[in-house]
This record gives sequence, C-alpha cells and structure tokens, in this order.
Amino acid sequence: MHPIVARDQLSPNVTRLVVEAPRIAEIRRPGQFVIVRLGEGAERIPLTIADADPAAGTISLIIQSVGASTMDLVALQPGDAIRDVAGPLGRPTDLIDQGRAVCVGGGVGTAVVYPIAEELHRRGVSVTSVIGGRSREWVILEDELRTAGEVVVCTDDGSYGRHGFVTEALRDLCDAGPIDEVFAVGPVPMMRAVAELTRPYGIRTTASLNAIMVDGTGMCGGCRVSIDGQSRYACVDGPEFDAHAVDFASLADRLTTYRSFEQEALARHEACLIPALADRLGDPPPTTGPVAGSAAR
Amino acid sequence: MTEERPPTDEDRPALTQKERMAIDRVAMPEQDAAIRAVNFREVNLGLTRQIAMLEAERCLQCPKPYCIGGCPVSVNIPRFLKLLREGDLPAAADSLLDDNALPCVTGRVCPQESQCEGVCLRAKKGNAVAIGHLERFVADWAQAHPDELIHLKPKPTGRTIAIVGSGPAGLTAAGELVKLGHAVTIFEAFHAAGGVLVYGIPEFRLPKDIVQAEVDRLVADGVRIEPNSIIGKTYTLPELRTRFDAVFLAVGAGLPVFMDVPGENLKGVYSANEYLTRVNLMGAWNPGSETPVLHGQRVAVVGGGNVAMDSVRTARRLGADEAMIVYRRGRDELPARAEEVHHAEQEGIRFDLQVAPVEVLGDEKGWVRALRCIRMEPGEPDASGRARPVPIPGSEFEIPCEMVVVAIGTRSNPLLTATAPDLRVSDRGYIEIDETGMTSIDGVFAGGDIVRGAATVILAMGDGKRAAAAIDRYLGGEAPAAADVTVEAASEPA
Ligand SMILES: Cc1cc2nc3c(=O)[nH]c(=O)nc-3n(C[C@H](O)[C@H](O)[C@H](O)COP(=O)(O)OP(=O)(O)OC[C@H]3O[C@@H](n4cnc5c(N)ncnc54)[C@H](O)[C@@H]3O)c2cc1C
Ligand SMILES: Cc1cc2nc3c(=O)[nH]c(=O)nc-3n(C[C@H](O)[C@H](O)[C@H](O)COP(=O)(O)OP(=O)(O)OC[C@H]3O[C@@H](n4cnc5c(N)ncnc54)[C@H](O)[C@@H]3O)c2cc1C
Ligand code: SF4
Ligand code: SF4
Ligand code: FES
Repeated sequence: MHPIVARDQLSPNVTRLVVEAPRIAEIRRPGQFVIVRLGEGAERIPLTIADADPAAGTISLIIQSVGASTMDLVALQPGDAIRDVAGPLGRPTDLIDQGRAVCVGGGVGTAVVYPIAEELHRRGVSVTSVIGGRSREWVILEDELRTAGEVVVCTDDGSYGRHGFVTEALRDLCDAGPIDEVFAVGPVPMMRAVAELTRPYGIRTTASLNAIMVDGTGMCGGCRVSIDGQSRYACVDGPEFDAHAVDFASLADRLTTYRSFEQEALARHEACLIPALADRLGDPPPTTGPVAGSAAR
Repeated sequence: MTEERPPTDEDRPALTQKERMAIDRVAMPEQDAAIRAVNFREVNLGLTRQIAMLEAERCLQCPKPYCIGGCPVSVNIPRFLKLLREGDLPAAADSLLDDNALPCVTGRVCPQESQCEGVCLRAKKGNAVAIGHLERFVADWAQAHPDELIHLKPKPTGRTIAIVGSGPAGLTAAGELVKLGHAVTIFEAFHAAGGVLVYGIPEFRLPKDIVQAEVDRLVADGVRIEPNSIIGKTYTLPELRTRFDAVFLAVGAGLPVFMDVPGENLKGVYSANEYLTRVNLMGAWNPGSETPVLHGQRVAVVGGGNVAMDSVRTARRLGADEAMIVYRRGRDELPARAEEVHHAEQEGIRFDLQVAPVEVLGDEKGWVRALRCIRMEPGEPDASGRARPVPIPGSEFEIPCEMVVVAIGTRSNPLLTATAPDLRVSDRGYIEIDETGMTSIDGVFAGGDIVRGAATVILAMGDGKRAAAAIDRYLGGEAPAAADVTVEAASEPA
C-alpha cells in the first residue's frame, strides 16, 4: 500500500498527489514513470514521476482526469492509499550537459517536462520552458518551472501570457538563436506540430509518447509505436523517442482503440458516483435507477 | 465430508491383472461444449472419488514403471496410484506432493500424452492410465484438506534467498527452499504472483483460485512475496546478489514475437500475451472490469500451440461467432496439448491449416478488416526433422476478421539481463547455466523458460526443484537431516 501524503489541485482537471514510494523516490531519474493500480480490480495506469523526495520517501504524480480510472485516482485524499505502484519504468531521459534547451509542455505534458527541465538546469544547461493551456486556470507548474529558467506561458484565449499555441512561441525561439535540443510533451497533435516545426531547423527534438500500456516491462507489445518504420515498445525502448522519426498518425490512431469502452466506463462511473455522493451526504442511496443498470454492460 | 469410508485393500480382494485390463479408461466429465463455449468456468469438471479409485485400479503397478521415466520430475506414479486405489488419500497426497510441488496445476496442464501417459505400459494396448486426471484429483483433494497433510516445520537456517519471478519455476524453488529452513523472498514484476499460470493460461483451463491457494500456502509457510518489483528497474541483479546469500532467476521468456508483416500496428492486432493478460490477469472476461479488451465477431489467431488454443477459445467465449486458428503446418503437427485441440474442435473453433499470414489489412479508420494469407505445402525437412512449410505461389487469399491475435512464440526479455553485464547469456538472450544450475555469476542460479526458451510448466518446476537443491548445497550443503524437522500434524486417514 502506498499512502497519499498530500494532494493539491493544479488546474480544474489536473491534480498532484504526493505518494509514499521510498524505493522509487530513491532511484528514479527524469523521464521515468510508474504504473499504478488503485485497488483490486482496477486498471494499470502509467504516470510520469513528476518529482521525488528521497529523504521523505515520496514521489509526485500529476494526473489529468480524463477517464474513469484517472477520476478514481484524483478522488483520493491524504490518508487514502494506492495499492500498487511499480517502477521506475522506462529509460531515463538522455540529457545534454551544456548548451541551450527548450522544454515544451502542453496541458498535463508540462508535468512530464518539469523533471527534465529541472535536471537540465541542474547540469548547467540554459533552459527555456514553453507551456500552454486553454486559458489561465489550465496552466500548471509555472512557478516550479521558473526555478529552472525562463518560462513562456501561452494561452489559447489570451487570458494569460502570450495569446496562441506553444508552437508559435517555439518558432520565435528557434528564429532567435541556436537551440541544442527541444523536449516536447503534450497531446499528440502538439508533439507532431513541434516535430514539424523543428525539422527544418535541424534541431534535435525528443517527444515522450503516451502509448496505451499494460505491463510496462516489454511483455505485451501493446505499447508498440512506429519509429522510423520500425516497431518499438514505448515502455522499455522509450517513452522518449526522436520526434522526427515518430509516426504520430499511427500513435494517435492507436490511442483511439478503446474509445467506445472508455465512454461507457465513464458513463457507468458517473452513474455510480450519484449513489456514492448521496451516501456521503447522508441520504439513502436510490434503490432503483442507474446503479443496477450500470453494473452490467 | 459426508462421504462414506471407501473400501480399502483389507476389505476387498485385489483385482487380477486381467480384471484391471478389462476396465475402460475413465472419460473426464466436461461442461457441455455449447454451454462452455460462452462461459469462463473450468471445462473439465473433475472425477469423483469412486471413479478416481476405479481408474487407479487400471494401473498395473509395473515392476519397471516406464511412466516415471516419462515424467520430467519423476513423479512416483505407481506409488500414489496404489495409495489412491486403497482410498488412503492423505498418504497419496503426501506421496504426490513430495515429488511435485504444484500437482493441481500439472494435473491440468501437462502434455500427458507425450510424457507420463505416452509411455505408460497400458498405452501400448489401448489407453494409458489417466495419470493427469488422477493427479488432479489427488491434488484437489489435498488443497481442500490441508489439515490432513504432513506439515514440516524446519529449523531456520538464517540464510536468505531472492527468487526473481513467481511462475512455476520460482514458486517451486520457493517451496523447496522454505522446506529446508531458508528465508525466501520472491520479487515479481506484476501485481500478482503466478507468472503464466495467472496471466496466460485462462480460467476455463486453470482456475485462478487454485493458483492463488498454492501461493497462499507458500506465504503461510513463510515465503515473502514482493509484487511490483521489476528486477533490472526497481532493483538490479548485483544489488540482490549483495543483499541475499543466493539468487534464483526464473523470469520466464515473456517477450512476444510478432509476425513482421505489414499492418501489424492496426487496431485489432494483439499479441497473445496482451490479449490473455487483459482477459485473465486484468479480469476483462468479466464485463464489469475496468480494463478493456476488444470483442471481435471474427477473430483469427495465428499459431498452433497452447497459447494459440487459449487465445482462440477465449475469443470464442468473448462472443466471436468465428474464432479461427491459422497455422502453417497440418493438424498432426499442432504443438498444443491434444486435449486442447480436441476441446477447441468441440467448441466450434475453425482450423485454417497449412496457411501463413502475409499481411494484415485495415479499413479506412485503421481497424483490422482481414488477414491476407498464403497456402503452404510441406517442403524439405528442417533442423527439427519436420517438413518445412513452403508457400504455394499465387495461392493468396483473405480471411475476413476484425481481430488478429499473434501467438507464434515468445523470447527472452532483456530487461533484467541488460543491467547485469556479468551474466552470460546465449546469442538468443537465454541465460546460460552450468550442470548445477548456476549462472556465470557466483551464487546466482537460473531455470525455467529463461534458460530453456518457451517450454512447459513441469519442466520449469523441475528446474526450480533442482535449483533449490543446488542452492542448498551452495549454502553449505547442510540439507537438514530428518532429525532437524518436527512433524506438526500427522496424517490421518480420511
Ligand atoms: C509513459 C506514460 C506517462 C504518462 N504520464 C502521465 C502523467 O504524468 N499524467 C497524466 O495525467 N497522464 C499520463 N499518462 C496518460 C495516462 O496514463 C492516461 O491518461 C490514463 O491511462 C487514462 O486512463 P483513464 O481510465 O482515466 O482514461 P480512459 O478512459 O482510459 O481514456 C480517456 C482518454 O484518454 C486517452 N488515453 C487512454 N489511455 C491513454 C494513455 N495511456 N495515454 C494517453 N491517453 C490515453 C483515451 O484515448 C481517451 O481519450 C501517461 C501515459 C504514458 C504511457
Ligand atoms: C497462454 C499459455 C499457455 C500455456 N499452456 C501450457 C500448458 O498447457 N502446459 C504447459 O506445460 N505449459 C504451458 N505453457 C508454457 C508454460 O506456462 C511456461 O513454460 C512456464 O510458465 C514457464 O515457467 P517460468 O517459471 O519459467 O516462467 P513464467 O511462468 O513465465 O513466470 C515468470 C515470472 O517472472 C516475472 N518476471 C519477468 N521478468 C521479471 C523481472 N525482471 N523482475 C521480476 N519479475 C519478472 C513475470 O512477470 C512472471 O510472473 C503455456 C504458456 C502460455 C503463455
Ligand atoms: S507432473 Fe505431468 S508428466 Fe509428471 S506425472 Fe504429473 S501429469 Fe504426468
Ligand atoms: S506404466 Fe502405466 S500401468 Fe505401469 S505403473 Fe505406470 S501408470 Fe501404472
Ligand atoms: S506496456 Fe506491454 S510491452 Fe510496453
């Protein structure tokens, strides 16, 4: 069991959980992730290790609630516990030691670039982070990233920082001077756009791929992605790859494999939340209605 | 138990050999094929005590029992069959468990027809003794009556052993080593113990409760299990080697092999490992599960071994009208257990034999729509002596389907070996061992599929047993004499 020691809400749908996992806290490196399983019967969910405190024996997970399993996770409160935390998985980021790097984070992808930016900064690399969100309230980790260098914030609606997409800000940076490496983590269309943008500049670009995973150790092949026409496993060969070699169209397509199941799971989940909520408020749960219907699919 | 006390040798005259020869081999009662093809309950229902005792009478108690030689762990078959037919189940169980740590598993999954039963004297004239079914019967009885078995309480030796992997090899070694008084910790990558027994072999063939009961028994005997511990990631092998007096590597050969044909990344193509893990370990066979799995109306499974049979029968149970085996050789060459092929046929599985896939075809939305295949014919014999299948030019055709499951084999996973540079592996990535089971690293032993390549449960268990003995010798060779053990509960006849 891995108790939650702290929880805070970073944006309307992004939550940070600080979780006890002493061994992982001690040895994890930037770019690595864990697979968590909330309880008996729950799904195995890959999540990046956003931060770690070896002295306290804790790791931070920054979770965007997108479906049933992530909603269950972010509903945890300090004192609750996650049953299984396996890791650290994946190859650590291959980091440069000098020069200039730009870390581009879209949405919850910002949580993935944060440990990379931090480590690059520690090594003496000059780091600029470009992070984005729909509007001001969706921007996460701005203060944390400022400790690692300059931060450019972009919002789609212009409510904060620069108006527009992260790629526009990145283009200006590419034009302004030499960049040794770009790290891009976010929604697939964003990573693809970054890759297309940096390609003509010949800037080494790394993307972290969020393929669907089961075991995270190379035994299922479900996370296979196409890199330079070759099948590679995101969990053991990645999750980071040369963005210029990634077949993003295939990745985006494979991510839709379980869409109809996910929508049903979400609907079931929401139906289940109603009696659970009523329970908490002290009202008797409804005896008829969506509960029975939601149990069977 | 309300069963009547069965007759024993004392009550009844022994049968003559001729009378024994006249008894027909028992047929395992099964769920009806039409009913079981849509549920995940175990297909074989098990024998009653009476019928099991009758079947045991068929054994001729050969002075030279060939059957023992056919068993990779040399189970003393005539001994436990004699005790069984005498109705002394506690003694039969103790005898069996002495030779085989997981008889409830092997009784169900061993390829008996090519091992113990294949060489049984009675196979020469008709039908072999149903050793597998009887092994299963005695083992299930033992699991249901733990208090009637002998429990040894060994003196702790103070020695510590790390076992990596909780499949049959790891579990067997753990059982043997705690019996000797050593402190054993199993490190398992997954959240649950059992290896292929829990993630691969489906519920309808090997109920998970049975595996869990075996794991629980080991834990009760003092084995520690650390789930979610990936050696090579959470800890390295050199770390384990310094923390423990000895290490046993039993990580299996878990990496899936794909066909390497175009279209393999389309949605609807699974490795058997992924498909079976989602369904078994993650419980996706249960409609309420949080882990999704695709349900196809037409599912093509590529391969002809146990893994392929398990996949195709799983697809059938998940609602496929057409669940098909696509295999490049003929029926007689299917490597699966005979019983699985037979059960699959009964359940309406279609066999497309002497056929090999050349491409997976997709629709405009990226989903599988067909498997393009080519017909094969037997060619020159290959290294294994079997005819190498060769494609018949121009014979390509399409098998329409929404799902393809690839079950053409597995290989070694480099996760652990990559972080242990001193560990000698073959060019195919399998760990090399000496005649004692020790690897190139002093005090580190290995066995099971990671040494042999994908093999069988019983071979992995045999390796676990041998490695445990070798580890004990390595740690000082003071295997406790009988005086060092105390009997906790003596056996009493049922
Ligand atoms: C190496 C790796 C690191 C990750 N790190 C983080 C992280 O730090 N924080 C975080 O919030 N998320 C992270 N993810 C994504 C996270 O695992 C998924 O969001 C989660 O599995 C969705 O589960 P769900 O049941 O809540 O949603 P579902 O109902 O399964 O899916 C809801 C939506 O999410 C998409 N989705 C499903 N599975 C994945 C997946 N594995 N990756 C991306 N999208 C998916 C679906 O297509 C769907 O649109 C990471 C994924 C990987 C592979
Ligand atoms: C679907 C299927 C059906 C089969 N049917 C039969 C059958 O009917 N009869 C038969 O005799 N054989 C059958 N087999 C083969 C048989 O199951 C295997 O030969 C046997 O399980 C091998 O045992 P093992 O202990 O070597 O490894 P495994 O059972 O593979 O167990 C290895 C364990 O190690 C864990 N592990 C791997 N790497 C690490 C790591 N780095 N750190 C920690 N843990 C790790 C794995 O998660 C796993 O739990 C079947 C196999 C499959 C896949
Ligand atoms: S372990 Fe397997 S081969 Fe040996 S006796 Fe039992 S069923 Fe036969
Ligand atoms: S070979 Fe067959 S008949 Fe002979 S002892 Fe073995 S099981 Fe009995
Ligand atoms: S998650 Fe199974 S191989 Fe990567």
